[in-house]
Amino acid sequence: MTLQGSLQIVLVVAILLLLAIPLGNYLYRVFTGKTVWFEGGFAAVERGLYRLVGVNPSVEMDWKAYLKALLMVNFVMALFAYLIFRTMGRLPLNPDHIPSMSWPLAFNTAASFVSNTDWQNYAGESQMTILGQMVAITFLQFTSVVTGLVAAVAFLRGMTNRKSPNIGNFWVDFIRSITRLFLPLSFLLAIVFVGLGLPQTLDGAVTVHALGGGAQTISRGPVASLEAIKQLGTNGGGYFNANSAHPYEDPSALTTVLEIIAMGLIPTALVATFGKFIGNRRQAVVLYVFLAAMLLGGAFFVYGAEVAGNPLLHHLLGIGGPNMEGKEVRFGLPLTGLFTAATTAFTTGAVNAMHDSLTPLGGMLPLVFMLLNMVFGGVGVGLLNILMFLLITVFIAGLMVGRTPEIFGKKIEVREVKLATISMLVHPFLILGATAVAVAVPAGLAALGNPGLHGFTEVLYAYSSAAANNGSAFAGLAGNTLFYNLTIGMVILLGRYVSIIAMFAIAGSLAIKPVTPAGLGTLRTDTFTFGGVFVAVVLVVSALTFFPVLAIGPVAEHLQMVAGKLLP
Amino acid sequence: MTKSAVKTVSKGIILGAVADSFRKLDPRVMVRNPVMFVVEVGVVVTLILSVSPDLFGGHYGPTQALFNFVVCVILFVTVLFANFAEAIAESRGRAQAESLRRAKTDLLAKRRTKDGSYESVPATALRQGDEVLITAGEMIPADGDVVRGLGSVDESAVTGESAPVIRGAGGDFSSVTGGTKLLSDELVVRVSVNPGDSFLDKMIALVEGASRQKTPNELALSVLLAGLTLIFLIVVVTLEPMVGYVHGSIGVATLIALLVCLIPTTIGALLSAIGIAGMDRVIRFNIVAKSGKAVEAAGDVNTLILDKTGTITIGNRLATEFNPVGGHDEGQLTQVAVLSSLFDETPEGRSIIDLAKQKGVEMAREQFADAKVIEFSADTRMSGTNLPDGTVVRKGAVDAIKKYLAEKGGTVPSGLDEKTERIAKEGGTPLAVVRGDEVYGVIYLKDIVKPGMRARFEELRRMGIKTVMSTGDNRLTAATIAREAGVDDFIAEAKPEDKMRLIRAEQAEGKLVAMSGDGTNDAPALAQADVGLAMNSGTAAAKEAANMVDLDSDPTKLIEVVGIGKQLLITRGAITTFSIANDIAKYFAIIPAMFSGILPQLAALNVMHLTSPQSAILSALIFNAVVIPLLIPLAMRGVKFRPMGATELLVRNLLIYGVGGVIAPFIGIKLIDLVLTGLGVANI
Repeated sequence: MTLQGSLQIVLVVAILLLLAIPLGNYLYRVFTGKTVWFEGGFAAVERGLYRLVGVNPSVEMDWKAYLKALLMVNFVMALFAYLIFRTMGRLPLNPDHIPSMSWPLAFNTAASFVSNTDWQNYAGESQMTILGQMVAITFLQFTSVVTGLVAAVAFLRGMTNRKSPNIGNFWVDFIRSITRLFLPLSFLLAIVFVGLGLPQTLDGAVTVHALGGGAQTISRGPVASLEAIKQLGTNGGGYFNANSAHPYEDPSALTTVLEIIAMGLIPTALVATFGKFIGNRRQAVVLYVFLAAMLLGGAFFVYGAEVAGNPLLHHLLGIGGPNMEGKEVRFGLPLTGLFTAATTAFTTGAVNAMHDSLTPLGGMLPLVFMLLNMVFGGVGVGLLNILMFLLITVFIAGLMVGRTPEIFGKKIEVREVKLATISMLVHPFLILGATAVAVAVPAGLAALGNPGLHGFTEVLYAYSSAAANNGSAFAGLAGNTLFYNLTIGMVILLGRYVSIIAMFAIAGSLAIKPVTPAGLGTLRTDTFTFGGVFVAVVLVVSALTFFPVLAIGPVAEHLQMVAGKLLP
Repeated sequence: MTKSAVKTVSKGIILGAVADSFRKLDPRVMVRNPVMFVVEVGVVVTLILSVSPDLFGGHYGPTQALFNFVVCVILFVTVLFANFAEAIAESRGRAQAESLRRAKTDLLAKRRTKDGSYESVPATALRQGDEVLITAGEMIPADGDVVRGLGSVDESAVTGESAPVIRGAGGDFSSVTGGTKLLSDELVVRVSVNPGDSFLDKMIALVEGASRQKTPNELALSVLLAGLTLIFLIVVVTLEPMVGYVHGSIGVATLIALLVCLIPTTIGALLSAIGIAGMDRVIRFNIVAKSGKAVEAAGDVNTLILDKTGTITIGNRLATEFNPVGGHDEGQLTQVAVLSSLFDETPEGRSIIDLAKQKGVEMAREQFADAKVIEFSADTRMSGTNLPDGTVVRKGAVDAIKKYLAEKGGTVPSGLDEKTERIAKEGGTPLAVVRGDEVYGVIYLKDIVKPGMRARFEELRRMGIKTVMSTGDNRLTAATIAREAGVDDFIAEAKPEDKMRLIRAEQAEGKLVAMSGDGTNDAPALAQADVGLAMNSGTAAAKEAANMVDLDSDPTKLIEVVGIGKQLLITRGAITTFSIANDIAKYFAIIPAMFSGILPQLAALNVMHLTSPQSAILSALIFNAVVIPLLIPLAMRGVKFRPMGATELLVRNLLIYGVGGVIAPFIGIKLIDLVLTGLGVANI
């Protein structure tokens, strides 16, 4: 590791946080109905949209009504995308004559994109038409992230309500998120990306005659616009199969920095929004310090592991130095390390290096971030996970100070603990259960790209990525089979919606509770002490849950590697 | 404070608890505690596996059956330890119930009939509203209020206090409890409860734990523990197919051992004991809480409303200063003051004599045997003495004395108003002393704050609890006492409605309020408060409205109840944290052991250098079992609660139970492994 490399990591994270905090304050204004810059313009567009959709923006919804609208909209969108994928071969904007998808693949892809996961069992350049990229993929990349965002906002309202069951209007929140946040930001970023060399065209692939003599087909399309929302919306589904390692998606170190910042922008901003909602800056500061430390720690962990390289290569082949397999030289190790940590922290799932080729420990880190699923996390849902763990921490720590635990003045009772426990259970259940099934049945084993412990990690990674709605792949796994399309699709849907439903129920129950004013005897959650306890609880609970699988996968592989053995 | 009759754990109790531990093995009982139920299922499965080790397939060595059996035994002992913890907690209450029941032998009552005569009926036939006659030496047959008569009652059967108390008609000392004994005089009591609902019945049910329901907090914690158990269940269940992938297999007994080590058995085993012991602590403190919920709520209290008289101050005003006026010196004033109070038996009067004694002025009553005592009357608001030589000495309220002077033609000396004003301003009561037509000075009577109260309120403040003093005094006096006692706020000239209003206002802000009271007019406020502590000496209405009754009738005990409530939660939280923290070391023991034949490189994780895979697993399992009885005393006694801010308290408890919980098992498991190795059984 070099000083210059370390500075790259620290500076990018610093810039990210500096941009995120004002954006968080802006989001607070948007969702509390305060006027913002260009209010007149936004409001006019929104009024038109409300009339078009036929909603009355002044109607307030309780948690059930809000959740019902959210789930219904998600279902309709998923169905729409599914139908596009099944028929796109016969629809226009298909210059490369790409066929429609099979039903399992269409199900998997629809589930994946409606839930902000963007796991791709298809290769963009050969299996997705331009129409599919635009009206299904890019469309869902906007709406899926908005779904997560409004869920978090609705939860924050419930948590800070004073004995009122209403948590806002879904339609208003949904439309405002697009008009006031994602459209303007994506438009700006897409323009910048075009300037930095990303293609934006409706033309199909070109065939060029390479210097060596052979012919080469180069795929193109509206890449810049997709890339912008891919990162801003923590989606991660790339235009091309190689994702951000592809030079058209991420041509330079500068674009990779922009992409890291773009994917982290809204998840980090939401911490500030949260602080504004509860009227406690310190709380936001404490969370920023601990979560940013985890993010940085993760980036340095990958960086360090890759710099250390592979001793086996050294012993057997005499090749020393860092592990460069699967990496792009234009980004270098530090930005690869940060991108890897960031894409799993923010559950984006874009990759600028092949995670499959990282050293065992370097590859364990993105896995760990997905298992934790709360290092800032994806837009909205990340904050919900943070709040779920806060609730559990407050409950245990609150008992230890001798009071019925309270979170931001609201008492945590049986109902909240029950729902938070359900939300906490889903993640390990899906990951461990699905992995166990996949490594035990022939259909699961047939798709493995690597034998031995690395193959195990591939499967574990796939289901972790699905359950965390991350979408990044460890590669190696040939996922486009009936078994994986269906199981990954199911894990994605359950991982997304069960915890959202549980968290909405908590919001509904917290909303109607009175707020107890904080006193000396109240456990303060905005201290660094509590922040430390919070991180410790998350790490211990997650470690206890996932230690055995990590031991079988990356830990054993690492120990095997340093012991100088190839395969067991 | 007096303790109840039963307090220590005797040999008999332990034997009884051991027997109960076996009785509680009934799966229908066990299933109520999901964590321990999982362990019990583990016992059954490992028992079967020690007969036929290859029941679920696999090929095992000849010692596998023995290993499985050892695991089975350890698990069985673990369940027994958990049951024992609960049984021992219950048995203490049961012994106490026995002694209460003795007070409730079959009694006969003299019930008043319509024509006014009394008929003899069994006490069980008494109904609410009946009137019964009790004469000296008889047991009081049922709870009720005295409607006629005055007598002394021995309430030791209920309160443990041997000194008799006075009970009489009217006022706030009219309630009597069934099962207590009238020592003198005659009482007519109106029965206030139907059979089965009496105070004694409730108390017996309570200490026996028969009416014990899980408190809201305990329920919430149970849910979390069940959730953790489920997580670990899925961890262990999914392990076998995953290990199958790397061409290995882990024995079912080992998987069960891992599961039991991971699920929070420590807190699961002790949770109900903690709750029972918490209630027991309240009872042993001579407070009867009508539900565990009330005790828990006490720990959450934000505002404490305390009556001034009897709670914050000792209840009587005492003389603290002699202030001479009009050319007289302190000595002369003291002489006259003593003369005026020589035959005054009120506490104020006694305090004047005491203060004079400290100043060296003492007079014998015998010297003034012929003196005429003038008792205090509401009309004159003065009291005093007429000596045989014609000297007239009076003391009384300053304005009353002024009026008396005007009648006698005396003059008001200079300085009287000034000194009076000063005393009033400081919250004291000025008492003017006059001899003949000459005012000698003013006695400063002061409300005395009970010793130690200031420190107590300081503690409460550090715990984040606001104290409010309620008094009938005027604002000035109230403010002085409030300042002196160090309470945060006060209500002066308080009427019962004012207390009610304050409670409602605080509750509207989301705060929990506790108060104590004894009078019938306190009843609505006691019912409204989240924690209402009624005095046993108070009226039946107050006791009915409150959710706790203090048998010693000491209102300051409200403060202790808050501490017990907090202690209850802290103990649960601490043992939960300890239980979860323990898992880290257990993983380091079991994972390398479990994978020893499958992924040998994981031996690097065997940081404790345990002798063999078998001894690693057994050591972890034995530690897991042994820690339960080791923590029983802590569960029963409760984690010591120190009044301090929440964050400090968190750090302290985390260091002890969190960090300690991480480290302790590393040491414990290693030690057990050394012992097993030393005994030569490490490789079974």
